[in-house]
Amino acid sequence: MRTKATIENYLFVLPAVLIFSIFYIYPFYKVFTLSLCQWDGIANFNFAENFVGLRNFKELLFQDRVWWQSITQAGYITLIALTFQNAVALALAMACDRDIKGGNIYRVIFYLPPVLSEVVVGLVWRWIYDGNYGLLNHWLYNLGLGHLVRDWLSDPKTAITCVATIHCWKGFGWGFIIFLAGLQTIPRQLYEAARVDGANSWQMFKSVTIPLMIPVFILVSILTILGTMQVFVLILSMTGGGPGYHTEVPVTRILASMIGSSRFGYACSQGIIFGVILLAVSFIQIRLSRRMNKA
Amino acid sequence: MNYLYRKICLFFILSSFIVFLSVFLTSCTPQENAANTEKVTAWHWMSDREDAFQELARQYEAQTGIKINFELYAPSDAYTQKIRAAAQTKTLPDIFGLLAEKRDFASFINAGHIYNLTEDMDRDDGAWKDKLFKKALVVNEFREKNSFGVEAGIYGIPIDVMNIQMLYNKDLLASAGWDPEAPPQTWDEFLRLNRLLKEKGIQGLVSGWGEIWMIYCMATNYAFNIMGEEKVLDTIRGKVPYTDPGWIKVFDLFRQMRDEGVLATGIVTMVNKTAEQLFANNRAAFAFNGSWCVNVYSGMNPDLNYGVMLPPMVSNSHPMMIWGGAGSSFMVNKRSINIAKAVDFLKWLTDDEQQLFLLRETKNPPSNRYALEGIEDVLSQFVDDMDSTTHPNVWGVEEFPVVIETLNKGIQYIIIGEKTPEDLAQEVQKIKVRELKRWHERWSK
Amino acid sequence: MKSKRSMRKDVMREGAKYKIERFAKDTLTHIFLIAVAVTCIFPLLWMVGSSLKTQQTVFSDMSIIPRNPVWSNFYHAWIQGGFGMYFFNSVLYTVTVVIGIVLVSSLAAYAFSRLQFPGKNIIFYMFLAAMMIPLPGSFVPLYVLMTKLHLVNTRIGYILCMINVGLSFSIYLLKTFFDKMPPALEDAARIDGCSKLGIWWNVALPLARPAIAVIIIFNSLNVWNEYILATLIFSSKSLMPLQRGLMIFQGTYITQYPLLMAGMTITVLPIILVYLFMQKHIIKGITAGAIVG
Repeated sequence: MRTKATIENYLFVLPAVLIFSIFYIYPFYKVFTLSLCQWDGIANFNFAENFVGLRNFKELLFQDRVWWQSITQAGYITLIALTFQNAVALALAMACDRDIKGGNIYRVIFYLPPVLSEVVVGLVWRWIYDGNYGLLNHWLYNLGLGHLVRDWLSDPKTAITCVATIHCWKGFGWGFIIFLAGLQTIPRQLYEAARVDGANSWQMFKSVTIPLMIPVFILVSILTILGTMQVFVLILSMTGGGPGYHTEVPVTRILASMIGSSRFGYACSQGIIFGVILLAVSFIQIRLSRRMNKA
Repeated sequence: MNYLYRKICLFFILSSFIVFLSVFLTSCTPQENAANTEKVTAWHWMSDREDAFQELARQYEAQTGIKINFELYAPSDAYTQKIRAAAQTKTLPDIFGLLAEKRDFASFINAGHIYNLTEDMDRDDGAWKDKLFKKALVVNEFREKNSFGVEAGIYGIPIDVMNIQMLYNKDLLASAGWDPEAPPQTWDEFLRLNRLLKEKGIQGLVSGWGEIWMIYCMATNYAFNIMGEEKVLDTIRGKVPYTDPGWIKVFDLFRQMRDEGVLATGIVTMVNKTAEQLFANNRAAFAFNGSWCVNVYSGMNPDLNYGVMLPPMVSNSHPMMIWGGAGSSFMVNKRSINIAKAVDFLKWLTDDEQQLFLLRETKNPPSNRYALEGIEDVLSQFVDDMDSTTHPNVWGVEEFPVVIETLNKGIQYIIIGEKTPEDLAQEVQKIKVRELKRWHERWSK
Repeated sequence: MKSKRSMRKDVMREGAKYKIERFAKDTLTHIFLIAVAVTCIFPLLWMVGSSLKTQQTVFSDMSIIPRNPVWSNFYHAWIQGGFGMYFFNSVLYTVTVVIGIVLVSSLAAYAFSRLQFPGKNIIFYMFLAAMMIPLPGSFVPLYVLMTKLHLVNTRIGYILCMINVGLSFSIYLLKTFFDKMPPALEDAARIDGCSKLGIWWNVALPLARPAIAVIIIFNSLNVWNEYILATLIFSSKSLMPLQRGLMIFQGTYITQYPLLMAGMTITVLPIILVYLFMQKHIIKGITAGAIVG
């Protein structure tokens, strides 16, 4: 009886595991083997001949300064997304969660940025940031802040922050939806009860919303970390990683090794190291949030 | 509840059954792109030429009864990955285009994917070869005893040619008081004209230097002009260091352009399509761009009044060389069972009539030297300069990709003022030495 | 902060003041919402506006709605992009993939959340890790595998691949929501003699409606906009999804902006409709009574 139940339970995860092992585990195993090889991605592959041991990893860890710069830069964008983007998303979700007039319309509008194509986003934002005819410079000038006028995307001081802003703008809709779904599952009675006890909005937020939303916070922050660390389409269309290496991120580096310089094995080792870093960050994040939850 | 449970179970089992049955079924049916002698399949990345290619395929089928199946895949990065993946499974189509450096091209040949066209080209006293621009063919050629270990021969058929040079806006030149028919020939003239333009508030040079290969293109143009071909190639061979005064002078040109305010704002992160918009809308006096731009500009602003010139000379000791050669080429799959048919089709495609059709439709200079009838004025200026072209693919030696990247990114750093030409020279040389050492280690094994 | 707090006490006493405060609060909220909304709408307007211009005026005419709108762009985009066929394909892929993901991932997530079996945590963390490790080089091995399985250039191959793409994330999201659900209702169903599959179908899925709506929204957008994998797997044009049609307008050298924008406007509409339909379920979601009762 017991074993029958266990088998039955396994059946629930069987379809997922089947698809997963065919389309993920096998490629993962291959990528891992390739990361130990020197291969251009074209020649007929022969493991014994192409095997170079841990050479790729050694080069990546100790010699590739640009790679580590790209990781820090992605980390910087992620930090902005984690704080700024998620704060805005939560604020918007809470505003829409109340019975506010036109709430429906707002909910639709906030989902527009994720839906819009990168091409449109790139064109519009490049126009806003443009050094000559850009809207941003135009407004700054009219507001009497002419000294702030600059070439936003080509200025090494501002380029990465500008890209991060666009990324947050494009991404906050995701957080918004998940937060909204999470807020909806909080029973209304809890708020009523708190109100009867004389709690004000801030107290209700602190003692009702936050504790119940912790799992959703973890979910959103992990999705933010993963989504932001792996950003690249936006970067390619806005700055191409420039000026210099100032907006390079890990995935643009991986593409550069894979297609730009045809070092397929090296690109695979970059992917593995990158994955390990993401894994570590995510688990630290989960641990920290759990501890906060218990405290 | 029990009834429902059974229903769901049934549904579940059925659906998984259907999924795996269909997987099984598809594995039994022959694949569509598998060997098929009735039709020739061709892959390419230029999706904007789809209509022209399909029309040609229709004509060819009407004339010969052989069906040509054109499949176009974009964007080019995805196409590159698809071609490489198909190469690994040996399922490349009969004809395909290749987006690759010479080194990768050689790797495809060495892996047995590309058919050597030399014999077909030399047949009938080389009638086919004679028709095509030599400069376009050498890009796809491997000479005797090349460093890649490839059997000598021609491995691709160019369908059009291109080169990259300087364009100037005649109206803007005139408004700055410069004779629009006499664009600057020398670097000093170029800087002088830019000062005039600046007084009128007109931007100087615009180009897509966010796409870094265009920086390399211009840098090597001037390297050829300042140091001559042999010395540049010796640098790549590792015999001349990048810290040579000649190279520093090349890097210094970019510093001068920056200090003189020649470069359009945002040029370091600009994609070429944006640069083209700016030039087409009279917002910059010069553009550094390829011959494809004629078609682009005519779409955006048919009234644009512009001309073509070689980049202004810095030195008189060596000629100015620009990048040029085949625009895009087709390769024949060596494993294909339709090699003869594929070659025949390519021969037909590069014949006068079809090349004229492509010229009309795509406004790119044809690879056939005799199909220039009715060519636009600006485009014919591009074609006239084909003699001054060179290309990394014909140098016979290839720089390490990492070195090229360091050089290009370094020039971006010069333009934003974070590096001096001397810094850059040392940095590039350091990377070069490192890569050379690694290369020797690899080959001594 | 302090003034606000003292104000609140007054409000408790006086209804009129409460109304005023409520009004002020609403106004502030609206100002905030509208400010964000404007930045979201602007690119959309720009896209629609550009789709009504010509290649020559698209970057010279800066007005949002051009004086002489070229409505025929939409017609040309539809015909030139071959949208008819691609549209059918995209709808087919999106519907099957999303249904597949919802079924497969909710089954798995339910098991991870509620059922006991050896190795449960390991398998779950494996899915989680998969979400985090990107496989940039996996294209080639994947293609080799698909060729061996004869799945290259087949609809089913693409569908299975896309199901896998959305799987980890969906399982994780659903598990988070299943974990939050009070087990009372399930216990009640179990006492009624409901089987595990029955509970999953009758209790867990309806309760997780907001989360499923989120999954449908995310994955349908993801599948709808996907084209890199499609380019890799499909060789025949007749199997390609909608994004292939848009690629016609963005060539290596020339981008036909007005047609591209018209095409994008067409492609964006269905996905907004999906969202419109699904977001109601996020909101209606679980009413308080259903959970506690």
